[in-house]
Amino acid sequence: MTTLDPRGADPAGAAPTGPGRPETATATATATTPGHQTPPTTYRIGTGTRATRVIGIATIVAMGWLVAFGLGFSPADRDQDEAVRILYVHVPTIWLAYLAFVVTALASAMYLFRPRHALGWDRLAGASAEIGVVFVAVTLVVGALWGRLTWGVFWQWDARLTTTALLFVTYVGYLAVRRLGGSHEQRARRSAVLGLLAVLEIPLVHWSVRLWRSLHQEATVLNTNGDIEMDGLMLFSLFVGVVAFTLLYVWLVLHRTRAMAMEDLLDDRELDMALEARRAEAVDGWSRPNDAPEAH
Amino acid sequence: MEDAGFILGSYALTFGVVVLFAWRVLRQGRKLADQVPDEEKYWA
Repeated sequence: MTTLDPRGADPAGAAPTGPGRPETATATATATTPGHQTPPTTYRIGTGTRATRVIGIATIVAMGWLVAFGLGFSPADRDQDEAVRILYVHVPTIWLAYLAFVVTALASAMYLFRPRHALGWDRLAGASAEIGVVFVAVTLVVGALWGRLTWGVFWQWDARLTTTALLFVTYVGYLAVRRLGGSHEQRARRSAVLGLLAVLEIPLVHWSVRLWRSLHQEATVLNTNGDIEMDGLMLFSLFVGVVAFTLLYVWLVLHRTRAMAMEDLLDDRELDMALEARRAEAVDGWSRPNDAPEAH
Repeated sequence: MEDAGFILGSYALTFGVVVLFAWRVLRQGRKLADQVPDEEKYWA
Protein backbone atom coordinates (compact mmCIF):
# COMPACT_ATOMS: atom_id res chain seq x y z
CA MET A 1 0.00 0.00 0.00
CA THR A 2 1.44 3.33 -0.97
CA THR A 3 1.22 6.09 1.57
CA LEU A 4 1.35 9.75 0.75
CA ASP A 5 2.29 12.56 3.03
CA PRO A 6 0.83 15.82 1.80
CA ARG A 7 3.53 17.62 3.75
CA GLY A 8 6.22 15.81 1.86
CA ALA A 9 6.92 18.62 -0.58
CA ASP A 10 9.05 21.61 0.24
CA PRO A 11 7.13 23.39 3.04
CA ALA A 12 8.57 26.73 2.03
CA GLY A 13 6.81 26.36 -1.28
CA ALA A 14 10.04 26.61 -3.23
CA ALA A 15 9.80 25.70 -6.88
CA PRO A 16 11.20 22.25 -7.49
CA THR A 17 13.88 21.92 -10.08
CA GLY A 18 13.77 19.49 -12.98
CA PRO A 19 12.52 19.27 -16.50
CA GLY A 20 8.83 18.72 -15.98
CA ARG A 21 7.34 21.88 -14.62
CA PRO A 22 5.27 24.11 -16.87
CA GLU A 23 1.94 23.15 -18.49
CA THR A 24 0.45 23.20 -14.99
CA ALA A 25 -0.91 25.93 -12.88
CA THR A 26 0.74 26.49 -9.53
CA ALA A 27 -1.51 25.04 -6.91
CA THR A 28 -1.57 25.32 -3.18
CA ALA A 29 -2.85 22.43 -1.16
CA THR A 30 -3.27 22.04 2.56
CA ALA A 31 -3.46 18.86 4.55
CA THR A 32 -7.03 17.96 5.34
CA THR A 33 -6.52 15.91 8.49
CA PRO A 34 -9.04 17.24 11.00
CA GLY A 35 -7.54 19.01 13.97
CA HIS A 36 -4.13 19.45 12.37
CA GLN A 37 -3.00 22.73 10.87
CA THR A 38 -0.10 22.23 8.52
CA PRO A 39 1.61 24.89 6.48
CA PRO A 40 0.36 25.17 2.90
CA THR A 41 2.25 23.02 0.44
CA THR A 42 2.84 23.90 -3.18
CA TYR A 43 2.68 21.18 -5.82
CA ARG A 44 3.82 22.54 -9.13
CA ILE A 45 4.35 19.58 -11.40
CA GLY A 46 1.38 18.44 -13.47
CA THR A 47 1.34 15.70 -16.08
CA GLY A 48 3.48 17.67 -18.54
CA THR A 49 7.20 17.43 -19.16
CA ARG A 50 9.55 18.91 -21.72
CA ALA A 51 8.97 15.84 -23.91
CA THR A 52 5.17 16.23 -23.87
CA ARG A 53 5.50 19.92 -24.72
CA VAL A 54 7.67 19.11 -27.72
CA ILE A 55 5.25 16.37 -28.84
CA GLY A 56 2.31 18.74 -28.27
CA ILE A 57 3.81 21.46 -30.45
CA ALA A 58 4.71 18.89 -33.13
CA THR A 59 1.10 17.63 -33.02
CA ILE A 60 -0.32 21.12 -33.56
CA VAL A 61 2.06 21.72 -36.47
CA ALA A 62 1.22 18.34 -38.02
CA MET A 63 -2.52 19.01 -37.64
CA GLY A 64 -2.01 22.33 -39.46
CA TRP A 65 -0.28 20.47 -42.28
CA LEU A 66 -3.11 17.96 -42.34
CA VAL A 67 -5.68 20.73 -42.83
CA ALA A 68 -3.51 22.35 -45.53
CA PHE A 69 -2.97 19.12 -47.46
CA GLY A 70 -6.33 17.53 -46.75
CA LEU A 71 -8.46 20.55 -47.63
CA GLY A 72 -6.11 22.42 -49.95
CA PHE A 73 -3.20 20.80 -51.77
CA SER A 74 -4.49 17.26 -52.37
CA PRO A 75 -6.43 16.78 -55.61
CA ALA A 76 -10.08 15.84 -56.00
CA ASP A 77 -10.84 12.20 -56.77
CA ARG A 78 -12.00 10.94 -60.19
CA ASP A 79 -15.02 9.12 -58.68
CA GLN A 80 -15.71 10.84 -55.38
CA ASP A 81 -14.68 14.34 -56.35
CA GLU A 82 -14.10 16.58 -53.27
CA ALA A 83 -15.67 14.12 -50.83
CA VAL A 84 -12.40 12.16 -50.85
CA ARG A 85 -10.94 14.81 -48.52
CA ILE A 86 -12.76 13.18 -45.61
CA LEU A 87 -10.42 10.20 -46.08
CA TYR A 88 -7.52 12.11 -44.53
CA VAL A 89 -9.19 12.22 -41.11
CA HIS A 90 -11.36 9.09 -41.38
CA VAL A 91 -8.58 6.60 -42.14
CA PRO A 92 -5.91 7.86 -39.69
CA THR A 93 -8.38 7.87 -36.79
CA ILE A 94 -9.35 4.22 -37.31
CA TRP A 95 -5.73 3.14 -37.86
CA LEU A 96 -4.73 4.87 -34.64
CA ALA A 97 -7.68 3.27 -32.87
CA TYR A 98 -6.39 -0.13 -34.04
CA LEU A 99 -2.93 0.80 -32.77
CA ALA A 100 -4.37 1.97 -29.44
CA PHE A 101 -6.22 -1.32 -28.93
CA VAL A 102 -3.15 -3.36 -29.90
CA VAL A 103 -1.14 -1.37 -27.33
CA THR A 104 -3.89 -2.14 -24.80
CA ALA A 105 -3.55 -5.85 -25.56
CA LEU A 106 0.26 -5.82 -25.41
CA ALA A 107 0.27 -3.90 -22.13
CA SER A 108 -2.35 -6.30 -20.76
CA ALA A 109 -0.14 -9.24 -21.72
CA MET A 110 2.84 -7.57 -20.08
CA TYR A 111 0.85 -7.12 -16.89
CA LEU A 112 -0.48 -10.67 -16.84
CA PHE A 113 2.62 -12.59 -17.89
CA ARG A 114 5.50 -10.61 -16.40
CA PRO A 115 6.38 -11.91 -12.93
CA ARG A 116 6.28 -8.47 -11.28
CA HIS A 117 2.70 -7.59 -12.41
CA ALA A 118 3.54 -3.88 -12.57
CA LEU A 119 0.45 -1.67 -12.47
CA GLY A 120 2.10 0.73 -14.91
CA TRP A 121 1.24 -1.72 -17.70
CA ASP A 122 -2.38 -1.74 -16.59
CA ARG A 123 -2.53 2.04 -16.63
CA LEU A 124 -0.98 2.13 -20.10
CA ALA A 125 -3.62 -0.37 -21.26
CA GLY A 126 -6.45 1.71 -19.81
CA ALA A 127 -5.17 5.03 -21.14
CA SER A 128 -4.66 3.59 -24.62
CA ALA A 129 -8.16 2.07 -24.67
CA GLU A 130 -9.74 5.41 -23.69
CA ILE A 131 -8.01 7.16 -26.57
CA GLY A 132 -8.89 4.34 -28.94
CA VAL A 133 -12.57 4.67 -28.04
CA VAL A 134 -12.50 8.41 -28.81
CA PHE A 135 -10.83 7.71 -32.18
CA VAL A 136 -13.37 5.00 -33.12
CA ALA A 137 -16.23 7.35 -32.18
CA VAL A 138 -14.75 10.01 -34.48
CA THR A 139 -14.31 7.41 -37.25
CA LEU A 140 -17.93 6.30 -36.99
CA VAL A 141 -19.41 9.82 -37.06
CA VAL A 142 -17.11 11.10 -39.80
CA GLY A 143 -17.73 7.88 -41.74
CA ALA A 144 -21.48 8.51 -41.48
CA LEU A 145 -21.00 11.97 -43.01
CA TRP A 146 -18.89 10.48 -45.79
CA GLY A 147 -21.49 7.76 -46.31
CA ARG A 148 -24.20 10.38 -46.74
CA LEU A 149 -22.16 11.97 -49.55
CA THR A 150 -21.16 8.80 -51.37
CA TRP A 151 -23.96 6.30 -50.62
CA GLY A 152 -26.78 8.73 -49.90
CA VAL A 153 -27.35 7.41 -46.35
CA PHE A 154 -25.72 8.06 -43.00
CA TRP A 155 -25.85 4.44 -41.86
CA GLN A 156 -26.24 0.97 -43.30
CA TRP A 157 -26.08 -2.32 -41.41
CA ASP A 158 -23.12 -3.15 -43.59
CA ALA A 159 -20.41 -5.59 -42.44
CA ARG A 160 -17.66 -2.99 -41.98
CA LEU A 161 -19.89 -0.43 -40.27
CA THR A 162 -21.51 -2.99 -37.98
CA THR A 163 -18.23 -4.62 -36.91
CA THR A 164 -16.71 -1.18 -36.25
CA ALA A 165 -19.71 -0.25 -34.09
CA LEU A 166 -19.28 -3.56 -32.28
CA LEU A 167 -15.61 -2.74 -31.70
CA PHE A 168 -16.65 0.60 -30.19
CA VAL A 169 -19.20 -1.02 -27.86
CA THR A 170 -16.67 -3.70 -26.80
CA TYR A 171 -14.11 -1.12 -25.69
CA VAL A 172 -16.74 1.03 -23.97
CA GLY A 173 -17.49 -2.20 -22.06
CA TYR A 174 -13.77 -2.64 -21.36
CA LEU A 175 -13.66 0.88 -19.84
CA ALA A 176 -16.77 0.10 -17.79
CA VAL A 177 -15.15 -3.08 -16.46
CA ARG A 178 -12.13 -1.03 -15.38
CA ARG A 179 -14.44 1.07 -13.20
CA LEU A 180 -15.88 -1.88 -11.27
CA GLY A 181 -14.88 -2.02 -7.62
CA GLY A 182 -11.99 -3.87 -6.05
CA SER A 183 -8.28 -3.35 -5.61
CA HIS A 184 -5.99 -2.04 -8.34
CA GLU A 185 -4.69 -5.57 -8.84
CA GLN A 186 -8.22 -6.97 -9.31
CA ARG A 187 -8.98 -4.19 -11.81
CA ALA A 188 -5.75 -4.87 -13.66
CA ARG A 189 -6.28 -8.64 -13.85
CA ARG A 190 -9.86 -8.63 -15.10
CA SER A 191 -9.32 -5.81 -17.59
CA ALA A 192 -6.13 -7.44 -18.89
CA VAL A 193 -8.05 -10.60 -19.75
CA LEU A 194 -10.73 -8.54 -21.50
CA GLY A 195 -8.09 -6.45 -23.30
CA LEU A 196 -6.52 -9.61 -24.70
CA LEU A 197 -9.87 -10.95 -25.91
CA ALA A 198 -11.22 -7.68 -27.33
CA VAL A 199 -8.25 -7.14 -29.65
CA LEU A 200 -9.30 -10.24 -31.62
CA GLU A 201 -12.09 -8.13 -33.11
CA ILE A 202 -9.65 -5.97 -35.07
CA PRO A 203 -8.87 -8.55 -37.80
CA LEU A 204 -12.61 -9.15 -38.08
CA VAL A 205 -13.25 -5.43 -38.65
CA HIS A 206 -10.38 -5.12 -41.12
CA TRP A 207 -11.27 -8.20 -43.16
CA SER A 208 -15.05 -7.74 -42.93
CA VAL A 209 -15.10 -6.15 -46.40
CA ARG A 210 -13.71 -9.39 -47.83
CA LEU A 211 -15.54 -11.86 -45.63
CA TRP A 212 -18.98 -10.42 -46.43
CA ARG A 213 -20.48 -8.44 -49.30
CA SER A 214 -19.99 -4.83 -48.26
CA LEU A 215 -20.84 -1.33 -49.39
CA HIS A 216 -17.56 -0.17 -47.90
CA GLN A 217 -14.62 -0.14 -50.27
CA GLU A 218 -11.73 -2.58 -49.77
CA ALA A 219 -8.42 -1.42 -48.30
CA THR A 220 -6.44 0.81 -50.65
CA VAL A 221 -3.22 0.91 -48.66
CA LEU A 222 -3.19 -1.98 -46.18
CA ASN A 223 -4.20 -4.62 -48.74
CA THR A 224 -2.77 -8.06 -49.43
CA ASN A 225 -1.36 -7.47 -52.92
CA GLY A 226 0.90 -4.65 -51.71
CA ASP A 227 -0.27 -2.41 -54.54
CA ILE A 228 -1.14 1.12 -53.40
CA GLU A 229 -3.57 2.47 -55.98
CA MET A 230 -3.43 6.11 -54.97
CA ASP A 231 -2.19 9.40 -56.36
CA GLY A 232 1.15 10.48 -54.85
CA LEU A 233 -0.16 13.71 -53.29
CA MET A 234 -3.19 11.91 -51.89
CA LEU A 235 -0.93 9.30 -50.34
CA PHE A 236 1.29 12.01 -48.87
CA SER A 237 -1.77 13.78 -47.38
CA LEU A 238 -2.82 10.50 -45.81
CA PHE A 239 0.71 10.07 -44.45
CA VAL A 240 0.54 13.56 -42.89
CA GLY A 241 -2.75 12.57 -41.25
CA VAL A 242 -1.26 9.38 -39.83
CA VAL A 243 1.77 11.26 -38.45
CA ALA A 244 -0.47 13.96 -36.88
CA PHE A 245 -2.76 11.47 -35.16
CA THR A 246 0.18 9.29 -34.05
CA LEU A 247 1.77 12.29 -32.33
CA LEU A 248 -1.57 13.15 -30.76
CA TYR A 249 -1.95 9.57 -29.53
CA VAL A 250 1.50 9.57 -27.90
CA TRP A 251 0.85 12.95 -26.25
CA LEU A 252 -2.51 11.80 -24.89
CA VAL A 253 -1.16 8.45 -23.64
CA LEU A 254 1.66 10.14 -21.72
CA HIS A 255 -0.67 12.60 -20.01
CA ARG A 256 -3.39 10.06 -19.28
CA THR A 257 -1.10 7.37 -17.80
CA ARG A 258 0.39 9.97 -15.46
CA ALA A 259 -3.07 11.14 -14.40
CA MET A 260 -4.05 7.52 -13.77
CA ALA A 261 -0.95 6.98 -11.63
CA MET A 262 -2.05 9.94 -9.47
CA GLU A 263 -5.62 8.58 -9.28
CA ASP A 264 -4.25 5.29 -7.96
CA LEU A 265 -2.02 7.07 -5.43
CA LEU A 266 -4.95 9.12 -4.14
CA ASP A 267 -7.15 6.00 -3.93
CA ASP A 268 -4.46 4.34 -1.82
CA ARG A 269 -4.16 7.41 0.38
CA GLU A 270 -7.93 7.50 0.98
CA LEU A 271 -7.89 3.82 1.89
CA ASP A 272 -4.95 4.30 4.26
CA MET A 273 -6.69 7.21 5.97
CA ALA A 274 -9.93 5.23 6.36
CA LEU A 275 -8.01 2.29 7.84
CA GLU A 276 -6.14 4.61 10.19
CA ALA A 277 -9.42 6.16 11.36
CA ARG A 278 -10.92 2.70 12.00
CA ARG A 279 -7.84 1.63 13.95
CA ALA A 280 -7.96 4.80 16.04
CA GLU A 281 -11.65 4.20 16.78
CA ALA A 282 -10.95 0.61 17.79
CA VAL A 283 -8.04 1.56 20.08
CA ASP A 284 -10.08 4.37 21.61
CA GLY A 285 -13.03 2.08 22.32
CA TRP A 286 -10.75 -0.62 23.78
CA SER A 287 -8.87 1.76 26.11
CA ARG A 288 -12.08 3.35 27.53
CA PRO A 289 -14.50 0.45 27.98
CA ASN A 290 -16.41 2.15 30.85
CA ASP A 291 -17.44 5.14 28.76
CA ALA A 292 -20.35 3.27 27.25
CA PRO A 293 -23.62 3.71 29.15
CA GLU A 294 -24.59 0.68 31.15
CA ALA A 295 -27.82 -1.09 30.35
CA HIS A 296 -30.18 -1.57 33.31
CA MET B 1 -21.84 23.24 -52.09
CA GLU B 2 -23.58 20.62 -49.95
CA ASP B 3 -20.37 18.59 -50.17
CA ALA B 4 -18.37 21.44 -48.63
CA GLY B 5 -20.61 21.46 -45.55
CA PHE B 6 -20.07 17.74 -44.99
CA ILE B 7 -16.32 17.92 -45.65
CA LEU B 8 -15.72 20.96 -43.43
CA GLY B 9 -18.11 19.48 -40.86
CA SER B 10 -16.01 16.29 -40.76
CA TYR B 11 -12.82 18.24 -40.06
CA ALA B 12 -14.54 20.52 -37.53
CA LEU B 13 -16.03 17.55 -35.72
CA THR B 14 -12.74 15.64 -35.66
CA PHE B 15 -10.69 18.55 -34.35
CA GLY B 16 -13.47 19.61 -31.98
CA VAL B 17 -13.64 16.18 -30.34
CA VAL B 18 -9.85 15.90 -30.19
CA VAL B 19 -9.41 19.34 -28.61
CA LEU B 20 -12.18 18.71 -26.08
CA PHE B 21 -10.70 15.35 -25.10
CA ALA B 22 -7.17 16.76 -24.83
CA TRP B 23 -8.45 19.67 -22.72
CA ARG B 24 -10.29 17.25 -20.41
CA VAL B 25 -7.19 15.07 -20.01
CA LEU B 26 -5.02 18.11 -19.18
CA ARG B 27 -7.54 19.58 -16.75
CA GLN B 28 -7.98 16.27 -14.96
CA GLY B 29 -4.21 15.90 -14.72
CA ARG B 30 -3.85 19.37 -13.23
CA LYS B 31 -6.57 18.77 -10.66
CA LEU B 32 -4.96 15.52 -9.56
CA ALA B 33 -1.48 17.05 -9.56
CA ASP B 34 -2.67 19.60 -7.00
CA GLN B 35 -3.26 16.79 -4.51
CA VAL B 36 -0.10 14.74 -5.06
CA PRO B 37 3.34 15.78 -3.81
CA ASP B 38 5.86 16.34 -6.58
CA GLU B 39 8.23 13.66 -5.28
CA GLU B 40 5.48 11.06 -5.83
CA LYS B 41 5.31 11.91 -9.54
CA TYR B 42 7.62 9.45 -11.27
CA TRP B 43 7.93 11.63 -14.37
CA ALA B 44 9.12 14.70 -12.46
